[in-house]
Amino acid sequence: MEYFFTDTQKTIQELAYSIAVERVKPWRARLDEEERFPYELMKIFAHSDLFGITIPEEYGGLGMTGFDSVIAVEQIARVCIGFATTYSACSLGAYPILLYGSHEIKKKYLPDIAKGVRYAAFALTEPNAGSDVAGIQTTAVRDGDCYVLNGTKQWITNGGDADIYTVIAITNREKGPRGASAFVVEKGDPGFRFGKKEKKLGIRSSSTRELIFNNCRIPADRLINREGMGFIIAMKTFDKSRPGVGALGLGLSQGALDVACQFARQRKQFGQPIMSFQAIQHMLADMATEIEASRALIYAVAKFVDSDNHKDISKEVAMVKIFPTDTAMRVTTNAVQILGGHGYMRDYPVEKMMRDAKILQIYEGTNQIQRNIIGQALNKEYAKNKENFI
Amino acid sequence: MNIVLCIKQVPATTKVDLDPEKGTLKRQGVETAVNPHDLYAMEAALSLRDKVGGKVTVITMGPPQAEDALREILAYGADDAILVTDRAFAGADTWATAVTLAATIKKLPSVDIIICGKQAIDGDTAQVGPELAELLNIPHVCYVSKIIFDTNKRFCIERLTEFGHETVDVISPCLITVSKEIGEYRVQSLRSKLGSKTIDIPQMNCSDIGLDATQVGLDGSFTQVKKVFPPPKRDTGRMLSGRPEDIVDELLKELKIMGVSTSCSN
Repeated sequence: MEYFFTDTQKTIQELAYSIAVERVKPWRARLDEEERFPYELMKIFAHSDLFGITIPEEYGGLGMTGFDSVIAVEQIARVCIGFATTYSACSLGAYPILLYGSHEIKKKYLPDIAKGVRYAAFALTEPNAGSDVAGIQTTAVRDGDCYVLNGTKQWITNGGDADIYTVIAITNREKGPRGASAFVVEKGDPGFRFGKKEKKLGIRSSSTRELIFNNCRIPADRLINREGMGFIIAMKTFDKSRPGVGALGLGLSQGALDVACQFARQRKQFGQPIMSFQAIQHMLADMATEIEASRALIYAVAKFVDSDNHKDISKEVAMVKIFPTDTAMRVTTNAVQILGGHGYMRDYPVEKMMRDAKILQIYEGTNQIQRNIIGQALNKEYAKNKENFI
Repeated sequence: MNIVLCIKQVPATTKVDLDPEKGTLKRQGVETAVNPHDLYAMEAALSLRDKVGGKVTVITMGPPQAEDALREILAYGADDAILVTDRAFAGADTWATAVTLAATIKKLPSVDIIICGKQAIDGDTAQVGPELAELLNIPHVCYVSKIIFDTNKRFCIERLTEFGHETVDVISPCLITVSKEIGEYRVQSLRSKLGSKTIDIPQMNCSDIGLDATQVGLDGSFTQVKKVFPPPKRDTGRMLSGRPEDIVDELLKELKIMGVSTSCSN
């Protein structure tokens, strides 16, 4: 399908896919098997400028749009979402600084993130606060020129391997959500250490660890924006990042369809390619249709998010998270089915794709929470609408 | 530091027809690529520049479409490019190519190092680099696997030999040809790739580089290809199977029929 990309967008698409195929594809199975953080690949990617797509030129990036970065994520995800998650988590970690940081804090951190020489991570989730964001326990207490952080963040992507962490902590418990604030914590800050590396079902080349703050003392100028902005910063960060999560699902689905179609044309049973059987064709047709619908939704929402011509986009960004990721789970499962016994073996990439897909329905706000958001938004919308439809 | 990178555009496939009269490859309409060895030369050039500063100028002699190969290298981060092109250059052997490149490089402001790939995958001669150095009267080192730069206008260079590694010191200006052991080349960068599409690539023709048509191309070539032909097709072999003893007996019998002596001296 033709989406009328500009020449620049076509270049992004071409470059991201060719790098992913040439450099990531030969390593994806091994990185998965060894559960190894892709340092070498991250270094290679640093040359590509792809870490700095959305970072303004003033801070060493390319100053392009969120839509442009979605194009890159989709192409990388076609090859491996373990790597694509590691890559995307850097921009997730950078968004709070990018959206709400002062000039000084942007100047300090964004150029290194854009160049890909320092990796970023975003830390919100805690043992008792995931879907229920208000349950955050980590505290930050002002002490002279410093803030002192205490608490534990859980399941942090790039945890331990990133250098720059944007952390949401409570500065005033009485104020509820308005009592949260966002900080930048650097690897090596006193009182900041990491828990054990988690062993996961999928995306095994991405690293996931606990962040442990034990009287972690950071300079007060690491506060992003002002106290009390933490919750808003987190929500706006998710608004910006969700089309990218959709793109992870989209790319993954496309990658699985690529393998399934090629296999179905080659694999012969009863003297003919299994592609000629209607049972297989219908599965592939459904996969392709849902993929194209995901793509159209993602591109449309990404442009809407970029437009800044909106007050509340929580409904649309919830949709852009749910549909492509649920699609990815179905598509990868069916890809394994089409490859049959081969698909279940690690010789083919689809079993990894299926294991990888599951996390997309869980992280960055479970797909159930996203449906709550859409439901609440509909309720609000129709409460305001006085027209009689019945 | 002024670094000149010499590259060649080659057919991207092995399915190339030969021109039976000229004895050259028919390059028209064939998908092309940058000679793979030149990408390692490019990495050597770019990483040297990244380390000590300066610029990388990439040059190629070729038909107008060789501009694509130059843009390809610019997308990896080379600073500028020159296309050396003229109908008179057609049919050049390695000598005429080196003469052309040498005349071009003499027109450039002071060059500190010239970097080439160790050979091109179409002709596989590995001659142009060393010939170019001789024509420019500068030292050269071939099959380079590592460059260590010394600020005193010197390069400490590791090169591969048949028996191992050799470390040599060479004074700039010099020429090196690079082997893939230099290390994996980088990926293209989005910024450079976008820039590479619009950057103006100056062209130099035969008179721009101060040569006349007899010195270049087919006329300036010492070697003339008399005939080009594919190697004779070999008959398909026959696989013998069964117990090793039977296979040996069968083999000896066949060899005897073919008139090959099968007697054993001891």
